[in-house]
Amino acid sequence: MGMSQSERQQKKRKAPPEKEGGSAASPEVQQKGRRLKEDMDRLLDEIDSVLEENAEEFIKNYVQKGGQ
Amino acid sequence: MSGPGDVSSVLVASMLVGQYGQAELRRVKWDFQEENPLRDARGFEAARNREAAEEEGALVNLVLTNGARYYVDHAHPEFSTPETTNPRDCVLWDKAGESILAASITRALEIMPPGARVHVYKNNSDGKGNSYGTHENYLVDRAVPFAKLAASLLPFFVTRQVFCGAGKVGCEETGVEGVEYQLSQRADFIEAEVGLETTLKRPIVNTRDEPHADPEKFRRLHVILGDANMCDVATYLKVGTTALILLLIEDAVLDPDAFSLASPVEAIKEISRDTSLQTTVEAASGRRVTAVDLQWEYLDLVKGYLKSGRADEALEGAEWPQEVIAKWEYVLTRLEEDPSSLAGEIDWVTKLDLLDAYRESRDLAWDSPTLKLIDLQYHDVDPERGLFYKLRADGRTERLVSDDEIKRAMIEPPEDTRAYFRGTCLARYAQQLVAASWDALIFDIDGQTLKRVPMLDPLKGTAAHTKALLEAHRDPGGLVAALQG
Repeated sequence: MGMSQSERQQKKRKAPPEKEGGSAASPEVQQKGRRLKEDMDRLLDEIDSVLEENAEEFIKNYVQKGGQ
Repeated sequence: MSGPGDVSSVLVASMLVGQYGQAELRRVKWDFQEENPLRDARGFEAARNREAAEEEGALVNLVLTNGARYYVDHAHPEFSTPETTNPRDCVLWDKAGESILAASITRALEIMPPGARVHVYKNNSDGKGNSYGTHENYLVDRAVPFAKLAASLLPFFVTRQVFCGAGKVGCEETGVEGVEYQLSQRADFIEAEVGLETTLKRPIVNTRDEPHADPEKFRRLHVILGDANMCDVATYLKVGTTALILLLIEDAVLDPDAFSLASPVEAIKEISRDTSLQTTVEAASGRRVTAVDLQWEYLDLVKGYLKSGRADEALEGAEWPQEVIAKWEYVLTRLEEDPSSLAGEIDWVTKLDLLDAYRESRDLAWDSPTLKLIDLQYHDVDPERGLFYKLRADGRTERLVSDDEIKRAMIEPPEDTRAYFRGTCLARYAQQLVAASWDALIFDIDGQTLKRVPMLDPLKGTAAHTKALLEAHRDPGGLVAALQG
């Protein structure tokens, strides 16, 4: 934290946003990422159980006119 | 919002608001005396657009014991948080608003036919070209010339969507193809830089000028550009960073020309439609910058300003500016290094993360209606159905406020603004209140004369100012007499 503008720009040049093997992320962040992905399948099943049935019809009928 | 197919949205919205308030709250009217939505901050009144004046005359209106206003606007329920002095409180009462809507659904269903269903979405578009705003309101020093305020805010508003965009599947601007997902719900609908309109030709900076406070001292900056955020961190940063930028503008230390963009309206759309965040837009000086670059520049400027001590007196030792700066810096760093690591903190990332996982696992194309449904249902305020709430229950979102705090904020007002006096009077004296508004309460003590108690300073009427008085006068007659004596 607390980098100056020029330091940041140097850093950006060294580590382009395409990411080199995820080396930019700290171990803490990587771990968080893994944890979030791990239970994803279970979560997606749960989401299926609450999603409105017949997505196409539901989306078609949702109209909200008259707003600022 | 959507309800049973054959019932109008206006009726459902009225039932939601009406069923939430107890009878004694329902009879207190909204006092329109000081309101003028057609007054323009640039100094003239619009003669056209009479219906805009009537929109404020809500069909059903409640002023709540937490100091909030809850009413029917057009065809949807609208919740305005009570006045708060810091971004965390704003998050808290905003979240309380979601819970109030959810509680209203439960109560409204009790009087509806069996099998009826009501959905309320805290979002900004129906995916078919109809949009509705999330309004932020900031109290600003009247001495700041409006043209300068608008010019200073434009580039900030264009670029802050990198952390406060709510995310949207597809694009609603006619003739634009090939956008699978974008940062902002609202960018597609922006057509002007500065203006009074809110429903047509929507501007980046809205000029409505009703301060709901002493107009000699204050103006209210009415922001219609922002998205409705579900993530605590996103709301926190949205209002926190904007409040900090306003501090610099009020102190005349932000040069409006230093950041100005060649084409703000085009820029807001281009930035919204690139989730890689690499799009550059042209500054008026000719240089090209990314939105994140520009946000770093704003952050550096704010840090330098706070370090200089110039704001110390105005901030009175408040800790939120440093906390906002730390969060802002953290989020910009993550946006540069790995935006997906902000899932649970920033809405557009959280939603995209969920959509990507779902899409890959179920092998769906971006035009699948199920993905549009996930986008919509992310914003459902019902904790059992809402997908944001599912992520939250699963521990996947960062929380700044607890369930217990939210429960209290549904009932109790903030203690450090005039919302304290308003909310407490509603809780105790609703029977003797005829009308209430942001800046006044009107009492009917003896059934003969109405007594108006003005509250023109949003920072008075706090617990520190009025708690002792309210304790000393359990009867409203005594209270009003003491206030007028």
